[in-house]
Amino acid sequence: MDIFLQLVVSGFLVGGIYALIALGFVLIYKATNIINFATGEFMMIGAYIFYSLMVYLKLSPFIGFPLVIVCAALLGALVERLILRHMLGQPNISIIMVTIGLSSILLGIAEIIWGSSFRSFPPLFPRKPIILGEVVLRSNLFYGFVLALIVVVVFMLLFKYAKVGVAMRATANDQMAAFSMGINVKTMFTISWAFGAIAASLGGIIIGNIGGVQPTLGHIGLKIFPIVILGGLDSIMGAVIGGFIVGIVENLAGGYLDPYFHGGVKDLAPFVVLIFILLIKPYGLFGTKEIERL
Amino acid sequence: MKILSIDDVSLAFGGLKVLSDVSFDVNQGEIFAIIGPNGAGKTSILNIISGFYRPEKGKVFFQGKDLSHVHADKRAAMGMGRTFQNIALYHGMSVLDNIKLGAHSHLKTGLLSSLWYWGSAHKEEMALRGKIENDIIDFLEIESIRKQPVSALAYGLQKRVELARALAMRPSLLLMDEPVAGMNAEETEDMARFILDIKEEHNITIVLIEHDMKMIMDISDRVLVLNFGEKLTQGSPEEVQKHPEVIKAYLGQKKAETKKNNQKKG
Repeated sequence: MDIFLQLVVSGFLVGGIYALIALGFVLIYKATNIINFATGEFMMIGAYIFYSLMVYLKLSPFIGFPLVIVCAALLGALVERLILRHMLGQPNISIIMVTIGLSSILLGIAEIIWGSSFRSFPPLFPRKPIILGEVVLRSNLFYGFVLALIVVVVFMLLFKYAKVGVAMRATANDQMAAFSMGINVKTMFTISWAFGAIAASLGGIIIGNIGGVQPTLGHIGLKIFPIVILGGLDSIMGAVIGGFIVGIVENLAGGYLDPYFHGGVKDLAPFVVLIFILLIKPYGLFGTKEIERL
Repeated sequence: MKILSIDDVSLAFGGLKVLSDVSFDVNQGEIFAIIGPNGAGKTSILNIISGFYRPEKGKVFFQGKDLSHVHADKRAAMGMGRTFQNIALYHGMSVLDNIKLGAHSHLKTGLLSSLWYWGSAHKEEMALRGKIENDIIDFLEIESIRKQPVSALAYGLQKRVELARALAMRPSLLLMDEPVAGMNAEETEDMARFILDIKEEHNITIVLIEHDMKMIMDISDRVLVLNFGEKLTQGSPEEVQKHPEVIKAYLGQKKAETKKNNQKKG
């Protein structure tokens, strides 16, 4: 029983962090209908920038975080403005290929700048494990979860109440109508890329703080993908719940089944769940149904 | 006084000529209708005025200002409201949220401060909301449905909400693309009454496209007739109705002749 509880709670925490990265996908998809396959690399770049600020410039994390947010926003906005803006109106598959290409480019750039060796972060949080009843949690995981949760809640409030958020929702819904409401749709595209990059890179910092950073950190993006599909590509709430489901499933599968199968079940389990859920709900748990009228 | 001038506008999609050398003026405070058979270029004209299409030739002036280099969103902020042929409401949101979006361009708070919804943006929003509730919701008689999600509403009501959203922008010019298409007789009458009230009480100039000839003839001050992207004629509803070219365009050459002959006989 304690093992079960331990696995569920730590899976829940991991899920919260996944949810933040999943937001990186959702924020961009919602406004622009583009699936950004470079989300994982945005994470990795964010983690490296934070690492550099901490280790080379010896800045405090309180300065490091805002600086990473600024850098990520700039990266996201630049990518949109310089690359994806020119892809407007092109077939979806071309746009997807562009984001896949972008992920390779970012990976290459990271290797050129930081090399391919593994680096671990200087300690950010108190090292003492957190003990909740019978459950013991690694401090990096616990504080990382808290941080991820704060960022996710801020984004949710932003989308629901702030002017930018409302304008982004309007843009996602109907671009023509958004224009005629006086919303600058192109600016909204840029902002949503900036937001997506911010969410991904903060997720990257948290993941990097738990397991260290190397250029292939971005491959975690592939693991996030089932979460996004599971929750429905355009739903923030879906990303959050999908994150928790995948985090818990993954942890339970890893804890109970991996010992019998030489490992690997942990990575497989989320995809099995994904396939089952999509069989029942093809648009994901919370996704918008697209009804085609003939 | 002219509020809107279309000056010698042409538009083509590839080899397909959509509009050729169309010019007209819309006066302050009038209801100006654009009619014509399907594919005559009516919606294209509206899209050029709103800035979704860029004309190949010719210019659009709004309140005396050349709009050639003004983007669609800026035109909306200048006071151009718009409703669409296919309802373009935000279906997941409530009626009130949709209407509030219309007032979006009037929220003065900048990007950074709007991140803090507790702050001045919030106060501003509350004030705005009060104003909108009182004016537009009362005016369009949608008090009872304001909290409902748009997707749950009947078609005629959705059209009315779309109009409310456009009015929330406090436009000086309202562009309406087929406001009564698909409505029953009662809904059409309501809408016609609202359009007249908008003109008279709010002093908003209206440019509308419509196929419902009875309504056009009842409420319009002036009518422009387009056919195959060209201006056929323009004038008061009575003048336009009698124009032989209009009868021809609408009924076809042969029918028009039969009609004439019948009239002679009768």
